[in-house]
Amino acid sequence: MSERLAHYVSDRPFNPAEPVAMSPELERYYLASQWQMMWRRFKRHKIAVVSAIVLLLSYASILVTEFLAPYNLHTRNTEFIYAPPQRPRLFHEGSFIGPYVYPLKYSLNMQTLKREYEPDHSQPQKLRFFCSGDDYNFWGLILGSFHVLCPPEKGTAFFLGTDRLGRDMLSRLLYGARISLTVGLVGIAISFVLGIVIGGIAGFFGGRTDAFIQRVIEILRSLPELPLWLALSAALPANWSPILVYFGITIILGLLDWPGLARAVRSKLLSLRQDDFVVASRMMGGRPPHIIGRHLVPNFMSHLIASATLSIPGMILGETALSFLGLGLRPPITSWGVLLAEAQNVEAIALYPWLLLPMVPVIVVTLAFNFLGDGMRDAADPYH
Amino acid sequence: MLRYLLRRLVTMMVTLAVISVLVFIVIKLPPGDFLTTYIEDLKAQGESVDQSRIDFLRQRYGLDQPNYVQYWNWVSGLVRGDLGWSFEYDQPVSQVVGDRLWLTLILKFATVLFVYLIAFPIGVYSATHQYSWGDHGLTFLGFLGIATPNFLLALILLYLANVWFGTSIGGLMHPQYLDQAWSWGKAKSVLEHLWVPVFVIGITGTAGMIRRLRANLLDELNKQYVTTARAKGVPERRLLLKYPMRVALNPFIADIGSILPQLMSGAVIVSVVMSLPTTGPMLLSSLQSQDMYLAGSFLMFLAALTVFGMFLSDVALALLDPRIRLE
Repeated sequence: MSERLAHYVSDRPFNPAEPVAMSPELERYYLASQWQMMWRRFKRHKIAVVSAIVLLLSYASILVTEFLAPYNLHTRNTEFIYAPPQRPRLFHEGSFIGPYVYPLKYSLNMQTLKREYEPDHSQPQKLRFFCSGDDYNFWGLILGSFHVLCPPEKGTAFFLGTDRLGRDMLSRLLYGARISLTVGLVGIAISFVLGIVIGGIAGFFGGRTDAFIQRVIEILRSLPELPLWLALSAALPANWSPILVYFGITIILGLLDWPGLARAVRSKLLSLRQDDFVVASRMMGGRPPHIIGRHLVPNFMSHLIASATLSIPGMILGETALSFLGLGLRPPITSWGVLLAEAQNVEAIALYPWLLLPMVPVIVVTLAFNFLGDGMRDAADPYH
Repeated sequence: MLRYLLRRLVTMMVTLAVISVLVFIVIKLPPGDFLTTYIEDLKAQGESVDQSRIDFLRQRYGLDQPNYVQYWNWVSGLVRGDLGWSFEYDQPVSQVVGDRLWLTLILKFATVLFVYLIAFPIGVYSATHQYSWGDHGLTFLGFLGIATPNFLLALILLYLANVWFGTSIGGLMHPQYLDQAWSWGKAKSVLEHLWVPVFVIGITGTAGMIRRLRANLLDELNKQYVTTARAKGVPERRLLLKYPMRVALNPFIADIGSILPQLMSGAVIVSVVMSLPTTGPMLLSSLQSQDMYLAGSFLMFLAALTVFGMFLSDVALALLDPRIRLE
């Protein structure tokens, strides 16, 4: 046992008015703004942080899809229709020769009339990096041909196989992310505005207006979403250009999503209205714009962003489902749902299972948004 | 109780009325009235247009009359069981749908039953064995179930069934029964095929339900009356069943109302993927061919089914919890 410390008494004169000295860390902790506290709390939710990184990378990738995709979105390799995935390899016959692939040898099975591809193990073909490959139009503005990774000279590199026109699935997946990932963002922007305005009206005015809006929300929430989405997108004129259809779909997705957000805004507003600091501000003569802007909005914004994050995956799934059923986006626009539409019948899935691969990013992104939203919701109330 | 029932009934009627207006707007959305599209289609195919038929349809739907009259014709027809005229099949909708409505009902009922039967024991297990391995495993499965959209799950199952058994698991009955009247054989065949779609459609709702039942039950289990009862020596099983369970059941029943729309959405797309003879595939094809009366009837049917299901869950809740009927 260690020796007991002598009872310590400070002999300095006691002054109750003396400010308590805080170490710089403690000071930072106690004086942290709301956003800093939320960040601190969010960091503790490990899965949410990982999800945030995954999502950031995905969204960063859509900025430079042209560089990342080994092929152009529309390049058809007519000799390689429904080619299976090629595996990138490092060691050829026991020795390291850098990343390479084996070329595919094509033969038509005359009995089953099936295309069969065999990797030719005799001649490895090296992959090229930072190279010039398929031409593209960067964001539709600048012509270029630079790629981070290209197929070997006179060779192919279909890491995820090809589809019925011999187009590289990996490249199409990367290009599809551009549409699939942004649909949710545009949709949520629409639903966010509607939710804040309508929920704000209900929460601010209360009484009859509130009751009426509540009934409308209840009715909208009792409708099965997907059939309604289907009906609305079926009503989009068939002669619209792809880009108009894209915006039409996002508007449809956003139009049916706002009730959840409006409800969150309303309940938060109603409870905040009675809070001490709001009452105090009103007592001190704060005008409604001041109260709303200075006290109410910062308080429910974090909540709102969290619940918006949670409803983005629903929109991504909605677009995927619509396009999958052929009522959403149509080629030439390529989204994950459009890609999945190719995998609709059992024969295709049984013969060419790699057509199902677009569901992997769909599930990963959905999960990531769910975890991120979960973490944000926990962090949104840092005072608990 | 009676007053509560009446009030709920009135609310349901109003909701249905509003929904019918919405559906009618959707029917009317495609540009031009549907008869002109129809005539143009016929002309494009080089068929002659039978003027008497067109007059018949025009008169039947009162297309020359203002919108509210048309709406009234449609709705009063619905109430009488006249679902309208399908242009694609050139038959009354009620004949086109056949037993699709019944099969949809059966599927829906089985799914709700599945959600309850699976979610209940698992939720109770998870709550009473909090943070055990079983609980962690089930929680993980639940998250995966929430994140995997059910039509993708259906695709995966179709693929696996093809790889492992070499059979197709689509459909809701053996093909030989497809256009036959109901018989024991047919009913048995339906039951045999039912479980796959029921599983696929129900899994998302089940996962959510388990999470909420677990949370509710955990809240109750941590309350003081449970500790008191335990201290007094009430047997664990009796303690669990008699008090916390009854309180936790409330949200369990109320929840089905919020799950129903989700189940409906799932059912539509899953039936398309698995080619079930329910309303889903036909709704889709009617929407694609802009056969709006057929689509509208289906939409209305699905919405009505949802609203009615919510009404039933409210009634069940009122029976279970006296506080609600006294409100």
